[in-house]
Amino acid sequence: MNETASQVRHEYAVEMLEITKKFPGVLANDRVTIRIKNGEIHAIVGENGAGKSTLMNQLYGLYHPDSGEIKIFGEKKTFVGPRDAIKAGIGMVHQHFMLVNTLTATENVVLGNEPVKGLNFDLKHSRQVVKELSERYGLYIDIDAKIEDMPVGMQQRVEIIKTLYRGAQIIILDEPTAVLTPQEVEELFVIMRNLQKDGKTILFISHKLNEVMEISEKITVMRGGKVTAELITKDTNEREIARAMVGRDVVLKLDKAPHKPKDVVFEVKDLQVRDNRRLEVVNGVSLTVRRGEVVGIAGVAGNGQTEFIEAITGLRKVERGHIIFQGKDVTSAHPRLLREMGMTHIAEDRFKYALIKPFPAYYNVLLGRHYKPPFAKGAFLDHKEIKRYTAELMEEFDVRPRIIEHLGGNFSGGNQQKLVVGREIKANPKFMVVAQPTRGLDVGAIEFIHRQVLRMREQDVGILLISMELEEIFSLSDRILVMYEGKIMGEVRPEETTIEEVGLMMAGKKLEEIRGGKL
Amino acid sequence: MIVLLAILSVFINPEFYKIALTVATPLMFASLGGVFSETTGVVNIALEGIILMGSFTSVVFTYLTGNVWFGVLMAVVSGIILALLHAWGSIKWSGNQIVLGTAITLLAQGLTGFLMEPIFGQPGQTDFVGKIDEITIPGLVEIPFIGQVLGEISPFVYIAFGCVAFGWWLIYKTKLGLRMRAVGENPEAADTLGINVYAIRYFGVIMSGVFASLAGAYLSVGEIGQFKELMSGGRGFIGLAAMIVGNWNPVGAMLASLFFGFFGAFSNQLQSLQEIQVAANVKSLFDTIPFILTIVVVAGVVGRSRGPAADGVPYEKHD
Repeated sequence: MNETASQVRHEYAVEMLEITKKFPGVLANDRVTIRIKNGEIHAIVGENGAGKSTLMNQLYGLYHPDSGEIKIFGEKKTFVGPRDAIKAGIGMVHQHFMLVNTLTATENVVLGNEPVKGLNFDLKHSRQVVKELSERYGLYIDIDAKIEDMPVGMQQRVEIIKTLYRGAQIIILDEPTAVLTPQEVEELFVIMRNLQKDGKTILFISHKLNEVMEISEKITVMRGGKVTAELITKDTNEREIARAMVGRDVVLKLDKAPHKPKDVVFEVKDLQVRDNRRLEVVNGVSLTVRRGEVVGIAGVAGNGQTEFIEAITGLRKVERGHIIFQGKDVTSAHPRLLREMGMTHIAEDRFKYALIKPFPAYYNVLLGRHYKPPFAKGAFLDHKEIKRYTAELMEEFDVRPRIIEHLGGNFSGGNQQKLVVGREIKANPKFMVVAQPTRGLDVGAIEFIHRQVLRMREQDVGILLISMELEEIFSLSDRILVMYEGKIMGEVRPEETTIEEVGLMMAGKKLEEIRGGKL
Repeated sequence: MIVLLAILSVFINPEFYKIALTVATPLMFASLGGVFSETTGVVNIALEGIILMGSFTSVVFTYLTGNVWFGVLMAVVSGIILALLHAWGSIKWSGNQIVLGTAITLLAQGLTGFLMEPIFGQPGQTDFVGKIDEITIPGLVEIPFIGQVLGEISPFVYIAFGCVAFGWWLIYKTKLGLRMRAVGENPEAADTLGINVYAIRYFGVIMSGVFASLAGAYLSVGEIGQFKELMSGGRGFIGLAAMIVGNWNPVGAMLASLFFGFFGAFSNQLQSLQEIQVAANVKSLFDTIPFILTIVVVAGVVGRSRGPAADGVPYEKHD
């Protein structure tokens, strides 16, 4: 459909040839070659650490290849910085948005390339240009709103407009769907198709195979810094992509043994919690968790989950409502009391709550139980016992490398999480709060941790799972609750619902409204 | 009753408002300097030292050349040099900005103290070297009350207001200002758009040196015509407080400076009231009023005001 454009231009929009990039101790890209046709939507998939982002950062001029060649529309280029890449027609929407929160959408779009009128910055003209771009591609935004007041989906549209404003012909979208609801993902795909119609070339970085199958025409798979497969989307399937990503067959669906839940172990009644800005971010949440049951809370990040988790684990003050654990009211109880009673917590942010990077493994697995026997004898630590226990835990949970002196921060993400999971499980919990347990982990580690969660369920531990990953929620939970703006939108069973229905709840629709017609 | 009436008499005296303005003037310069530096993301507590160095340099060059305005110009040069030192340490070497700022302030204190003897032949304070006269504004001076406040006053007061207007315009109305705000808030985002984060930060810190040195020049050749050791007297820090109370906005910082100036003048006037019978050695307690006020106001306001997100955080490019 863009024959004129592609005839004028070179056949390939992007050619990265034999790119090698080393970081201290890591070969991030090992003679990687990819060619992207003009006007195509090309997916690049791979696990964390496969080298996708490194490759893209080199294309955008943020990193410089140690060796290899980059050609844009057939012309050899050397990018000193992003400015050169932008000049060559490349735009990038980073996974973590590169937006200035206190500036407006318009100011963010024109930043670095501002229209001026005399000595002054020309806001009027800027607004007009941004409005035109927004309307032309169906990228709806509030051009005068500050970024910090916008929902994430809109922030992402601002990022896309930013690249268009700079005349991008090639747009890199780095994990763009990670922060979106299923419906927002569909909207993004519509926008991507609009951009393609207009002759843009799109590089779509993702590890979600269903999305890649839906939107792309070609797929490049990376593993360990190398390209392991180049596939044409319509001739392949998810299993083939997954195998190229992981290097072996992967279990895409876990078998969850049927298990009958027992009595209620944990209960929350009409909970209200404020965040640090004193806003009510959890507003009237009630739920129960029974022994031997996984209750999943789905939702887009930032809908009160963090504060909810902090409140039930004793880290944040409760404004109103009650938390009942094993029949005892533990509202705003001290975290140590909760632990003593048998509640453990796999925290959503390892580095903020769960792990101390400069501590060796044997201190990290001790945290939370450091004050009592067998690890403490009076005021002193029993290092011999601690080290023996650490070795045992690392064996049991397959933490590598099996070096008890290895520092927390020096383990890979998956192994850090295994340390944390091991610590929390070996404390013999009756109830576990499991938050984002697999964020940023590769497929192998995800599988391991999911199995551990299900093992605890079979041992009659009550589990509250909070996750942004819908697949995780669906494959582990016995019941699914959806949280939106601090409220529960509805409760469903995974076998009786669909991704679409949960997605609508994540976007703020109540279950009764969705099923209104059917019931 | 007599005391109350005496206090009231302070407020209806135009001289009081004139003093308030002159007390506020160095704070306006200092806080504006703070705004420029911190908007781009560099905390500059070297302001105190830059002010002191500005006072000293302007007196030295006025003494050597007899030209007070040349003295002011050289004060600005000294401010730029110290600011460059702070910028170099904190931007180029990602040094701890508090430690650097403290070091520069101590450096200025040591240097000015040490140079007193070789240049002026005496420690403590210099003789009178020359002073910038008050200007009389024709017309304005005729107006009752207002004329007595603003009609005949140091030109530095007007320069300070002019600098605030300039600063506001630059930060909120120009593309350079937009870039400054972006760099202080999210330097990485600015970098990905091809903005030179380091250059913008150097600019912000250098401008803070310019404004702080003007505060210093005002204190010496602008007000009393001589230099006294440690004469900056904490104004750099109160300037930073005014910046915070003013929410990192040049106009807000100006209003906060005027507020501090008002109470500075008030404590000053209280001490000279005949009606208030206190021992002479207690009177100096009145001098602490502005500082106590600073603590109260900053503690009360700080929760609500919000500075640039990347303020004080060195930016290091990867790769």
